[in-house]
Amino acid sequence: MSAQHDSKTIRSGEAATGMKIHLKIWRQKGSRTEGQFEEHDVDNVLGDMSFLEMLDELNVKLVKQGKEPIAFESDCREGICGACNMVIDGQPHGPEKATTTCQLFMRHYKDGSSITVEPFRAKAFPMIKDLVVDRSAFDRIQAAGGYNSVRVGNAQDANAILVKKDDADKAFDAATCIGCGACVAVCKNASASLFVSAKISHLVHLPQGREERESRVIRMVDQMNEEGFGACSNTRACESTCPKEIKIENIKIMNWEYLRAKATEREKLAGGGGDG
Amino acid sequence: MSFKLDSKCPEGPIGEQWTNHKFDSKLVNPANKRKFRVIVVGTGLGGASAAASLSELGYQVTAFCIHDSPRRAHSIAAQGGINAAKNYQNDGDSVYRLFYDTVKGGDFRSRESNVHRLAEVSRQIIDHSVAMGVPFAREYGGTLANRSFGGAQVSRTFYARGQTGQQLLLGAYAAMMKQVAAGGVKLMPRREMLDLVVIDGKARGIIVRNLITGELESYEADAVIVATGGYGHVYYLSTNAMNSNATAIWRCYKKGAGFANPCFTQIHPTCIPVSGTHQSKLTLMSESLRNDGRVWVPQKIGDTRSPDQIPDSERDYYLERVYPSFGNLAPRDVASRQAKYRCDEGRGVGASKRAVYLDFRDVIKRDGEDKVREKYGNLFQMYEKITGENPYKTPMRIYPAVHYTMGGLWVDYNLMSTVPGLHVLGEANFSDHGANRLGASALMQGLADGYFVIPSTIGHYFASNKFEKVTTDHPAFKAAREEQEGMINKLLAVKGKKSALEFHRDLGNIMWERCGMSRSAEGLKQGIKEIQALRADFWKNVNIPGDSKDLNMELENAGRVADYLELGELMCLDALERDESCGGHFREEHQVDGECKRDDEKFCHVAAWEFTGVDKKPNRHKEDLKFDNVHLAVRSYK
Repeated sequence: MSAQHDSKTIRSGEAATGMKIHLKIWRQKGSRTEGQFEEHDVDNVLGDMSFLEMLDELNVKLVKQGKEPIAFESDCREGICGACNMVIDGQPHGPEKATTTCQLFMRHYKDGSSITVEPFRAKAFPMIKDLVVDRSAFDRIQAAGGYNSVRVGNAQDANAILVKKDDADKAFDAATCIGCGACVAVCKNASASLFVSAKISHLVHLPQGREERESRVIRMVDQMNEEGFGACSNTRACESTCPKEIKIENIKIMNWEYLRAKATEREKLAGGGGDG
Repeated sequence: MSFKLDSKCPEGPIGEQWTNHKFDSKLVNPANKRKFRVIVVGTGLGGASAAASLSELGYQVTAFCIHDSPRRAHSIAAQGGINAAKNYQNDGDSVYRLFYDTVKGGDFRSRESNVHRLAEVSRQIIDHSVAMGVPFAREYGGTLANRSFGGAQVSRTFYARGQTGQQLLLGAYAAMMKQVAAGGVKLMPRREMLDLVVIDGKARGIIVRNLITGELESYEADAVIVATGGYGHVYYLSTNAMNSNATAIWRCYKKGAGFANPCFTQIHPTCIPVSGTHQSKLTLMSESLRNDGRVWVPQKIGDTRSPDQIPDSERDYYLERVYPSFGNLAPRDVASRQAKYRCDEGRGVGASKRAVYLDFRDVIKRDGEDKVREKYGNLFQMYEKITGENPYKTPMRIYPAVHYTMGGLWVDYNLMSTVPGLHVLGEANFSDHGANRLGASALMQGLADGYFVIPSTIGHYFASNKFEKVTTDHPAFKAAREEQEGMINKLLAVKGKKSALEFHRDLGNIMWERCGMSRSAEGLKQGIKEIQALRADFWKNVNIPGDSKDLNMELENAGRVADYLELGELMCLDALERDESCGGHFREEHQVDGECKRDDEKFCHVAAWEFTGVDKKPNRHKEDLKFDNVHLAVRSYK
């Protein structure tokens, strides 16, 4: 017997314990139309279902009724791709700490719960449809300087430059950012400081990343400002919301790097163009 | 329309083939490179690294991705690591050993030349990735750390906690975005490739659907690279992502690209078990956990005691028992089958009885919880979120799940398919893993193809061919657009009663049952009939609300499911015709003590299928495999 077949028996066994969940979900046709909340009940919600699997069930129901399903983004469903992005009861990614929407499981809710679901809202994340917004501003910030300019074929042996374990760990902790945008969605200024600083901090902790530290920070911060993200006012909401627990210490590092770069004006001396 | 399979593998000693091949390949001078345009579809490890490196060389690249950002590609979810023959551990590793392990691990169904090249460039991948700023794990002395993976007796796997794929992808993504900023790569996100355009026998462009506006768009180029990943999602439940799909490669198949070994599927032994029909995906628990975790089941049939109540003397550490030399690090196909056997015997655990334990008790006792957290923290956390159980206190319950597809579009040594100009990289091609991929080799292959192989081979194609100027006004583009418009309208016109997802689930059940961990002629024939019936029902009963001129995820999904309903049949057919067992392809009729029994007389070849029309039997072509270096032998991990 296959695992898939087994599962049917499990489900029917648990059917009696399924919950009823009431959802208030944001629906919006596009950026030029007004949106509004729509209410739906989902029956037989199991604790082992993820929040998104509950929405899958709702969408199957809507399709059967010939209604348009709710547009939402998700991909890996294991908390690493950063595609899923919902504000659940006012919290980006919902109430659980260090958890993406796809890893939020319904066992954290009680039968009869009413849940409000909205898109990530920010000027720099234009609305596309329902819960889908445009986060391409992050790609443009990345393109502005989030890399080491090393061409394929140029590298020396990987162990030729030693990196302190502590530095490598700190670089990793920052590099673990999944680019979901929850930091922006939760910030009252819609600041992208946590996202941008994570990349700055990741690369500046490694000797390989220090050759371009000045031009990188100036270009990325300038691009962030150009995209219409707000300024950081140190409320730390981003840190407590980040599903990957990126630390606000990175913003301190970014600010220091920015001042340092401006003070030395290295970018100007270097010609300012990189090899672009 | 018919093709001939010529692998174009170089002659000569295995260790010199790649070097000689590069020298023998024609070059394109730097000024002329700028005149060539390349389309790259898919921006995971293979696609992003190819786009970056080709653009660095001067080619004009346009890169397409299905997501809002290239950083979402499913390479990001690879956990455990990447192999490289660095021998930093001084434990006897070498290029030749990595080559040997990979050929043997693939159960002698891959090409020696390709695998040796992969092992050679593996070392440069690590060098380049470190230079790019990939934060691999390190020792206190500042050198890079390694761990072991299945099918190897050395430690050659480089890793970044349980997020190696993420870090490598972000490296390739960064390299590509740098070229985007420099103008060398034009990035087209939220586009889905629907068709390949072939003009005068050469791949000259693609048709994509703009997922936001619904518009069908045409793009022309001098070569097309497809790096859109594997097709494991055909099983519905798999470790693949929601948007992982076979549409791009399937449409290429329909335009003349051979599809090689479609039945070679990797069922990964350590995944979180199925908990209900609502489930949308299965989550992998990295193979790296088998460095320290021990796999076991109770000796007694139907033992319902909690694991901590079962003493060691009443546990069966079956991998250590059956494979004393490799123990818990037996390769994936082998470990998966053993888990199935234990559950079939009635010794499975958990509510479904389709699970085995992966236990960390001993390593926690030996090294402490903190050490274990440092190595595997994010995996343990993920397990706890999904199951609600704490794996530091109680063993994980795991079961095999569909993870990877070794089969894919047939490519020659230059990574070119049977359609001239169409190149295929990464999991989307079939080339390097034979009938079973070793752990930590997928990341290696994706980056080898993109950073090091295609930049050397595509120039030869450009330099050896003449390219007439084509535009998207060419009749072939018009015809392809009309064909795709027709397909979309046909889907929307069905207006039945079921969602595409329901058909996908049903197909998944058939595939798992008939073409999963264990296959038989009878079951496969049955499977083909079931899939044909389901496909007919799909075209009568699928319902897609909304229209095509908007973001319509139901329409996207329905198009993909329509393709799976054809691909699934080809997989069953391939599994039926390959009347032997090898690697992940286990035919019940061919076994010795529960292990695969190959038939090298009849099946020491690659099977590449040629499309002849929907509902028509495709042609099966053979590429014979030669083993001059690693001698054909019964694979043993005992």
